[in-house]
Amino acid sequence: MMTLKVNGRDHQVEAEADTPLLYVLRDDLALNAAKFGCGLGQCGACTVIVDGKAVLSCVTPLLLVEGKQVTTLEGLGSIETPAPIQRAFMEEQAAQCGYCIAGMMMRAQALLQRNAKPTDDEIRAELAPHLCRCGTHMRILRAVHRAAHLMQTADASTVQRSAQ
Amino acid sequence: MFASVAVALVVAGAVAAFVVAWRPAIAAIDPAAPPSFDDALVKRGRDLAAIGNCSTCHTTRGGRDFAGGLPVPTPFGTIYSSNITPDADTGIGRWPEDAFRRAMRSGVDRDGRHLYPTFPYDHFTHVSDEDDRALYAFLMTRQSVHAVARANQLPFPLDRRFVIAGWKLLFLRRDSYQPDPAKSAELNRGAYLVEGLAHCGACHTPRNALGAERTSASFAGGEADNWSAYAINAQSPAPVPWTAEALFAYLRHGWDPDHGTARGPMAEVVGNLSDVPDSDVRAIATYMAGVFGAPTEDRKRRAEDVLAQVKSPTPPASQTSSAGAAIYAAACATCHETGRPLPYGGVNLALSSALSGPDARNAANIVLSGVRPVEGERSPIMPAFASSMSDAQIAALLSYLRSRFSNQTAWTGVEKTVEDARRTQTVFLQTAVDAQNVPADASQRDKP
Repeated sequence: MMTLKVNGRDHQVEAEADTPLLYVLRDDLALNAAKFGCGLGQCGACTVIVDGKAVLSCVTPLLLVEGKQVTTLEGLGSIETPAPIQRAFMEEQAAQCGYCIAGMMMRAQALLQRNAKPTDDEIRAELAPHLCRCGTHMRILRAVHRAAHLMQTADASTVQRSAQ
Repeated sequence: MFASVAVALVVAGAVAAFVVAWRPAIAAIDPAAPPSFDDALVKRGRDLAAIGNCSTCHTTRGGRDFAGGLPVPTPFGTIYSSNITPDADTGIGRWPEDAFRRAMRSGVDRDGRHLYPTFPYDHFTHVSDEDDRALYAFLMTRQSVHAVARANQLPFPLDRRFVIAGWKLLFLRRDSYQPDPAKSAELNRGAYLVEGLAHCGACHTPRNALGAERTSASFAGGEADNWSAYAINAQSPAPVPWTAEALFAYLRHGWDPDHGTARGPMAEVVGNLSDVPDSDVRAIATYMAGVFGAPTEDRKRRAEDVLAQVKSPTPPASQTSSAGAAIYAAACATCHETGRPLPYGGVNLALSSALSGPDARNAANIVLSGVRPVEGERSPIMPAFASSMSDAQIAALLSYLRSRFSNQTAWTGVEKTVEDARRTQTVFLQTAVDAQNVPADASQRDKP
């Protein structure tokens, strides 16, 4: 039994210390935004934020997140009150099949938290570990820029909860 | 009397210093009428520049080819590489061939200024006139880039270039390569390339307090850009001894099943070699196999044990529950223990030189930064763990890996090594827009 802090709440989970974080998020906590893609840390679909940093949850055992704040896409906003990053991806229609997008958004969110106005090159370099087979890359780039803009203008209609 | 002797000594000293340090400028050529070159000569120069790994230092990641500006960290300060494109004002466009050859042979630029030995002219003295001509032809036919050299960051008096003249007096031997008629043409070719243009010793030979290679410890292991460059002689830490065949495979393709994948600065070297003819790569491999020497009976036995273990792994004798073991099981074993073949699978860590090497630096670098794939090419890959593991956790992991996968004594100060690795990320990683890696199959490169 261990305590996991996810999206601001403590959860008691019944799992071994070497269980990948992704399995617990999806199977035990029913937080399904983070996706199982390759299971080898090579595609980025499982990315979540741990203590402000983008982390590949499929190769991150629970013992590495003990006592840390885990944020998943569900923790940023909801359908009713999407976070700026979610609104921006919707407004730019940046998802096609969408499988990679939750991971893309989480790493972009972590980037924007430490660099409010990244350049194209910085976004490309940051998102390089993420694969998208549909090819919406240009829209994803635009969406990250749009999210940066939304966060700066602090639109009253969005609840901006910054990931820990 | 006394005063006049002193004056005479000072004058004599000044004259001697002048003779040692002063080099004449060589007249500039007219940039409006650049020399023309034969295509075959330019092509040969391209292969030679690849063997010389010129672009690695003379190009910044994502920057224009050969335009210089890469910061090279040294124990004395940071030196920036120069622009060697044919730009007339900021490159070598006004250099005649003899000025280029003088720079290669004795580290002096066209104006007569001494060059810092980060430019490895102590090796390039061995390069033949013919090869210098081809290199010159290649560089003079590159795209001109206007890029002013960045000022070096060196403390006084090292920022004074006459100091370099003294260094050369002590350490620069201006001997050219002499072939050994008793050896095969291939061995001679390999020696000529390794000791000369390829300047392998610049990283793989330890340096003395003044930054010169310790010739008494040739290939005994040195340093490159905050990575350890392993010993590539009899002291090699490789669990399975290197052979000419394995070296050829590694230098040709960037990986070898018994030794793993090139990464760090060596990935650059191997990436450059991918364009070089087989015969030259084979010559380098053959010569280096001789430098490694035949393994002792002990090493052979150990290698057989390791290979047998890799083929049919048995779980570690005592199931430890250390943090390091748990991290390995959860984060590493999925790739490193599934037996998926290289270069896409992770190498079985029992074969890893990084874990058998003298310090944990390379293993720390690789866990922190991973291996980024080459843009648009099939290539090895490993995720970075800098964001998910603390220094203490990586240290615990590395200490566990050392005890499980090498037969060497434990490293000391591992956490400090990890801290250093995190703080002083290597230049290649800092400046990397493109990945520093090798394609899985270099022959795929020219295909559409």
